[in-house]
Amino acid sequence: MNSKVGKGAFNALITVLTWLGALAMFAPIAWMVLTSFKSEQDAVSSPPLLFFKPTLEHYRRIFDNEFASFAINSVLATGISTAIVICLAVPAAYALCVRPVEKWRDVLFFFISTKMMPIAAGIVPIYLVAQSLGLLNSASVLIVVYTSMNLPLAIWMIRSFMNEIPVEVFDAVRVDGAGFFRELLLIVVPLIMPGLASTALLCGIFAWNEFFLAVNLTTTVSTLPVFLQKFLSFGQLYTAQVAAVATLLNIPVVAAGWLAQKSLTRGLTFGAVR
Amino acid sequence: MSYSSVTTAPPKVAQPMTDGKRKQLNVWRLRAPLLPALLVVIAVTQAPFVITLYYSLFRWNLVSTSARRFVGIRNYLGAVTDPVFLKAIANTAGMTLSIVAGAIVIGTLLALGLHRNFRGRGIARTLAITPFFVMPVAAALFWKAGLFDPTFGLLGWSTAALGLGKINWVSEYPRLSIVILTAWQWSSFALLILLAGMQSFPVEVTEAAAIDGAGRWLTFRRLMLPHLRPFFELTALLASMYVLENFAAIATLTAGGPAYATTNLSYYVYLEAFSAFDLGQASAYGIISLAIAIALVMPMLKVVAGIFRTGGRA
Repeated sequence: MNSKVGKGAFNALITVLTWLGALAMFAPIAWMVLTSFKSEQDAVSSPPLLFFKPTLEHYRRIFDNEFASFAINSVLATGISTAIVICLAVPAAYALCVRPVEKWRDVLFFFISTKMMPIAAGIVPIYLVAQSLGLLNSASVLIVVYTSMNLPLAIWMIRSFMNEIPVEVFDAVRVDGAGFFRELLLIVVPLIMPGLASTALLCGIFAWNEFFLAVNLTTTVSTLPVFLQKFLSFGQLYTAQVAAVATLLNIPVVAAGWLAQKSLTRGLTFGAVR
Repeated sequence: MSYSSVTTAPPKVAQPMTDGKRKQLNVWRLRAPLLPALLVVIAVTQAPFVITLYYSLFRWNLVSTSARRFVGIRNYLGAVTDPVFLKAIANTAGMTLSIVAGAIVIGTLLALGLHRNFRGRGIARTLAITPFFVMPVAAALFWKAGLFDPTFGLLGWSTAALGLGKINWVSEYPRLSIVILTAWQWSSFALLILLAGMQSFPVEVTEAAAIDGAGRWLTFRRLMLPHLRPFFELTALLASMYVLENFAAIATLTAGGPAYATTNLSYYVYLEAFSAFDLGQASAYGIISLAIAIALVMPMLKVVAGIFRTGGRA
């Protein structure tokens, strides 16, 4: 009896600690959202204020400057690059798993190894080629580099989802004599739709948050991380304004991440977790 | 499950063909779906490395008036004798290691806590994984102004309230600040994967072990830890892949300073190419970073690829 009580208390203690840990992880984000509703004076008060008169002023002022044009570029670079990634990765994954090419293991290894190589080692030629093609400072150049940046991971993830389609499905299709495109579009794609969605989401997150390539290849026609970076020179002047912008542009990604937690983990463990 | 039968299936072609030609056509038919993706990846991410290698052999500074000229390995000699570059290597190694280790420790503790049944567990998990989704520039910018700031930040204020004085995190502990910020984001990622790993551990095994009289700790150490090993490896691999190139946090929080204390290789290449405009020297730095990344990550990759290879079809 005594040990049972001890066990219960231990369990409760662990639960409390877990909650504290989870809240500590979230606290910076909560503090950011809270700050976005403060006036600039309240945001830089000492000690920091937990209670204050909330204002929507900063959300109203977000669109005062060029926010909209940067947001459009972010949407374009993220949306188009992710769409291209999926279109290229699905057939590639097919050729690495359903009807594999010879040495498919080596190809798969090659793809993931390209992700290990620091992009900084290629930035000078990428910059110069983009410059000579007149693509610098445009959403197009970001679409190209984000596509190639996300392709390897997408191929790995999509392949792991395709691997789970029962063999009998393909046998039946082949008896019917369906061609490659019909097999891919009518049979394979519908079966891995949830997997494709979580792959697209992850690629979208990486493209939406990407900073190194954006800051090197674009300046005035750029994405939201570059827009946000410009606040750096103002120091403490616009803490609440920064918080409001940061909150707003994180909402789509965080919401998508919350909704897709489960399929996201499945994709990231390459199908090792069902 | 083998698909080898597919390769020998006769292709549907109108004219009669020789066996060799038919085989050749068939091989290319299998390769065709792969080629677009392969070409894009090679053209955009691999070809630049070759060009960088070529540039690294030239003296080529955009702010100097002299023309580009071949200097052989002089840029590499410049790199190994440049104390800042050597410092950047040490910084990269130190920060990457601390961030990945910190993220795995915090992620494991959180995952252990969340791998239990209690009320509101779903909410607690959702809150704890959120930092991973936050845009690094946004996180760094707000941490700098809202948390690390000695006067107005939450952390600066709490150390003062605890009687430790107002700590100016970013200027007093620049490297630790970067590590804390980045490890915070990647802990969420570690939690996501490790918790999934724990939940994929079969319940029957735990029950059988309990019936056999094995305690919780013994079950964990002998059964759960070996089961989790590939998940730890995968977390370490994916996290180091991204943390090695940590750029947003450094550019926003410290700009590589003070006195290059937080400059990593990616940031140094960026400074050399886009502030000093020394493209030849920057290329040499880039090639050396590439070599280091390959040497560090490839062995890890082999291990992980071996584990997740299972479930392959052919």
